[in-house]
Amino acid sequence: SSVLEGLKYANSHEWVKHEGSVATIGITDHAQDHLGEVVFVELPEANSSVSKEKSFGAVESVKATSEILSPISGEVIEVNTKLTESPGLINSSPYEDGWMIKVKPSSPAELEALMGPKEYTKFCEEEDAAH
Amino acid sequence: VSRRYFASEADLKKTALYDFHVAHGGKMVPFAGWSMPIQYKDSIMDSTVNCRENGSLFDVAHMCGLSLKGKDCVPFLETLVVADVAGLAPGTGSLTVFTNEKGGAIDDSVITKVTDEHIYLVVNAGCRDKDLAHIEEHMKAFKSKGGDVSWHIHDERSLLALQGPLAAPVLQHLTKEDLSKLYFGNFQILDINGSTCFLTRTGYTGEDGFEISVPDEHAVDLAKAILEKSEGKVRLTGLGARDSLRLEAGLCLYGNDMEQHISPVEAGLTWAIGKRRRAEGGFLGADVILQQLKDGPTIRRVGFFSSGPPARSHSEVHDESGNKIGEITSGGFSPNLKKNIAMGYVKSGQHKTGTKVKILVRGKPYEGSITKMPFVATKYYKPT
Repeated sequence: SSVLEGLKYANSHEWVKHEGSVATIGITDHAQDHLGEVVFVELPEANSSVSKEKSFGAVESVKATSEILSPISGEVIEVNTKLTESPGLINSSPYEDGWMIKVKPSSPAELEALMGPKEYTKFCEEEDAAH
Repeated sequence: VSRRYFASEADLKKTALYDFHVAHGGKMVPFAGWSMPIQYKDSIMDSTVNCRENGSLFDVAHMCGLSLKGKDCVPFLETLVVADVAGLAPGTGSLTVFTNEKGGAIDDSVITKVTDEHIYLVVNAGCRDKDLAHIEEHMKAFKSKGGDVSWHIHDERSLLALQGPLAAPVLQHLTKEDLSKLYFGNFQILDINGSTCFLTRTGYTGEDGFEISVPDEHAVDLAKAILEKSEGKVRLTGLGARDSLRLEAGLCLYGNDMEQHISPVEAGLTWAIGKRRRAEGGFLGADVILQQLKDGPTIRRVGFFSSGPPARSHSEVHDESGNKIGEITSGGFSPNLKKNIAMGYVKSGQHKTGTKVKILVRGKPYEGSITKMPFVATKYYKPT
């Protein structure tokens, strides 16, 4: 699975793209590969808040439900409503069309604690090898 | 995305096909104490659809096959299951239920009368220890009163399930016996691909197909031969797709849809209680079951369609006023129907097809309705 430069990654397999005062969040290619086809996505409302390492939604595949944990804390300013009709965008385009929420971070320093692409790639390899 | 962690792989049992699965990209997971393929390179969605369009080959060797033999094996088994075993013609099988003293289901099982003195049956992997202990206990008591019955557990054999429209044409290439004369529920011992197999025309998908008991040492050769004869159209298929297929077919999964506290009547399996057995009883828990047949059960298994997220096991079912009327026992997204399906239990009287319900997922109510099952029409091969 692919890992992009310029993004930050959480050990629960979400990515963050930080641009100015906005952070865009989704799940990684590795995550969608493990989940299989996504058939439903549950996301928070705009103007709600998310907390670091707490669930902000859920992804439903054919066989199972998985919680989505937020890599950072902040206020949700936009939600990708296309995912309601087309949850498969998470499979076909996890880093672009399949983005989930845009957040105004309450503590930008939290971003520093996340993994870079090389570290995340190594993390995934180690995790897969352990199971 | 949170991940579940599995039991130690080292403690899991392996089927004769384990290395074959790994070589073919099988994703192995723990299931009932075994390391089983949940999926191969094909996605679960694609595998499920392909089974109904072409065919699937499953390793179900984790399930437990056994034979009961002896002059009294039929009356013995009838003390434990609800089927009219005596009424089965030789070479014929049926789905049945092992019951406990309270009329609840210990396990469901496909039993086959080979001859009047030989019964072949298959029980669920997750129930093996419980079932074998139960049978052994009752066999001891039965024999101590002079009954003639003994058993053999077929641990030297593997079980393959070949399912779907191509199952019969492909298998016909591998045997000289005319499979067009073997109908749904029929059983035969015959040579397939050079080894002696027990063949039952049955399955757990709703499709036409077979369950093939083959000696362990010939299992890989048979799997390869089946895949080759189908020229790649019959695909290796894992437990993930199998679960979607059985759900689409409206079939129970023991541990989800059937348990010790649920009777065959409540589970909608009254048809599996033979007519003579309904009159005579003679199986464990008969008094409870015959009473339910007379009065009607208090809860019933039904199917559901729903909107929003798939409804999974343990989701609450409410009526339109918000009163709890039942619970989901199995559910997911149907790859063939492209919509959410589920099954579960609701109070009798609230079970009518078409009834609108609300199903709670993560605390939120979503629109649903009660429907008949199967969700996808079955295609069992029966005499016309």
